[in-house]
Amino acid sequence: MFNRIKELYSYREMIFSLVKRDLKGRYKGSALGFLWTFLNPLLQLAVYTMVFSVIMRAGIEDYYIFLFVALVPWIFFSTSLAGGSSCIWAQQEMVKKIYFPREVLPIAYVTSQFVNMLLSFIVIFAVLILSGHTLNFIAILYLPLIMIIEYVLALGMAMLTSAITVYLRDLEYILGIVTMAWQFLTPVMYSVDAVPEQLRGIFALNPMTPVIVAYRDILYFGTAPQMKTLLLAVVTGIAVLIAGWIVFHRLQKHFVEEL
Amino acid sequence: MKDGNAIEVHDLTKSFKVYFDKGHTMKEKILFRRRRSYEERKVLNGISFEVKKGEAIGLIGHNGCGKSTTLKLLTRIMYPDGGTIEMKGRISSLIELGAGFHPDMSGRENIYINAAIFGLTKSEIDRRLDGIIEFSELEEFIDNPVRTYSSGMYMRLAFSVAINVDADILLIDEILAVGDAAFQAKCFNKLREIKERGTTIVIVSHSLSQIEQICERSYWIDNGRIRKMGRPARVHPEYMDYMGEMERTHNEKMKKLQQAQEEDYSEETAEQKKTAVEITGVRLKDGQGTEKTVIKCGEKIDLVIDYKVNAEKIEETLLGLLFCRNDGVVCYGTNTQRERMDNLKLNRQGTIICHIDKMNFIAGEYWIDVAIRKLDMLPYVYLKEAVRFKIYSDVDEVGVARIEHSWKIN
Repeated sequence: MFNRIKELYSYREMIFSLVKRDLKGRYKGSALGFLWTFLNPLLQLAVYTMVFSVIMRAGIEDYYIFLFVALVPWIFFSTSLAGGSSCIWAQQEMVKKIYFPREVLPIAYVTSQFVNMLLSFIVIFAVLILSGHTLNFIAILYLPLIMIIEYVLALGMAMLTSAITVYLRDLEYILGIVTMAWQFLTPVMYSVDAVPEQLRGIFALNPMTPVIVAYRDILYFGTAPQMKTLLLAVVTGIAVLIAGWIVFHRLQKHFVEEL
Repeated sequence: MKDGNAIEVHDLTKSFKVYFDKGHTMKEKILFRRRRSYEERKVLNGISFEVKKGEAIGLIGHNGCGKSTTLKLLTRIMYPDGGTIEMKGRISSLIELGAGFHPDMSGRENIYINAAIFGLTKSEIDRRLDGIIEFSELEEFIDNPVRTYSSGMYMRLAFSVAINVDADILLIDEILAVGDAAFQAKCFNKLREIKERGTTIVIVSHSLSQIEQICERSYWIDNGRIRKMGRPARVHPEYMDYMGEMERTHNEKMKKLQQAQEEDYSEETAEQKKTAVEITGVRLKDGQGTEKTVIKCGEKIDLVIDYKVNAEKIEETLLGLLFCRNDGVVCYGTNTQRERMDNLKLNRQGTIICHIDKMNFIAGEYWIDVAIRKLDMLPYVYLKEAVRFKIYSDVDEVGVARIEHSWKIN
């Protein structure tokens, strides 16, 4: 395992250049180009604000912020999971023809999504400041930590799904539905308090619950996340990454024959 | 690993599952379990070899013998079923050139992407950048998007990156099919230079002469095993002989098949086609009288022509031969009159034999036209492509035919 990490480190330039290629190439050919990276979340926010403060009143103060600070991290996670599942399949020409540690592909994919989320956070902060929502500086110090935890979790899931997708193409489409259901089982659009007492146990099993709760604590409620929440997030994140990596390592040996 | 060795391969085995009908989706995987039957095909059957640091070896063998699979295992694209591979140092492969090239990005940007895939860091690439661009001879175009490149330029750029990685071990599959002759020569020289500097090289190639020029040893792989190894000059002639033999048996099989098919309708037309003189058979035979269509350059061969006279009475005749290469180039032509021989008086039926002491055409495919003519050159019969044959050689000569020679060097 240690050798593997060392080798991955020596391939860092490949990861960077794949991320760069993805970010640069994403909006290539569109008139607004890179501006879409900011425009996309902004327009999404506009739609949610319209719907939830004019049409469906949610009864939560500043609901659009309540929703948005959870939705952006959720989108990062779900794209890593569903989109990341095809990241090896999509690069099969490269995988079949040249050697590199295969982990590079899910790492690059998730990192590229991560950078995208960071850029969206510029929009979040702009909105938070402009709307006059109170920001707690101490709480914000926890933000990088929870981001890293979510990154670890997303990477673990992407490794798992991308490796299995090579053997079972259906997974990509199954995951489209799974992530949708998963979103509703995670307190993205509602607060955990709204969940009936007897179902709370199930929610605790969802590794994304503590992550989303922590984001909302930091940005919406302006409080440092509870230690219990953080600890739960760290432990599940690392556990998922290790499990994902082990499966990936097993399956990658026959990638070329299966592709 | 032994001291001084760069590669140690021990008892490699590898099988592939050959699916008759491979399904990827869940429906196919679950419902059609039985239909997804496959055959286990053993490609490597226990291959072992060692390469010392700074040595170059060549892997040869016919298609499907397992040499490319061996190379793929060395690059770690695939994993062996059994056996071990140990390698020391950074490995670069000239197997797939231009991996990860993005058509919309410039040549320069693509150098970074491509080199990164070989495991180079940014500063390492920075240091090599000028050398790569210079070697590719693409200075003027380096900031244009790669999609505007011709395929030759594309390959040149890709090759330049791969060869400038400064690997400790370089794995090459079918080298130097890149660009024009001048660039190929440049690549080849670069390869020699790299070897001088102590890089270990493994080459898979059909070009035996390239292997001879650069490798200390050849490994002839047959049916997933090493059949013979040693100095290229020793292994290659034997390999060529074997290949020639293989081809001959294959040709015979095909010929029998063809004859069986033709027999049916040839009977009805034979009567109409009857000419005054008929050539009933043209064959090439070696010293032992065995019929041959694959001949080693310099071999002693008899051209045997059977004829039959159908007309009641015919004039005196001459016999002409024309040797052509399969691209239509006339290589040699002669007839009995030109050689100031007596005119031929044909019997009702007979055989004419032309002894060829040394069949000296260089490697290639040829045919012979045979004609029997009246003395005024009007043909009784002209049989185009009367016999086709192939020449193989263990010497990589150019031109049409070998000129007998010997060397004396002071």
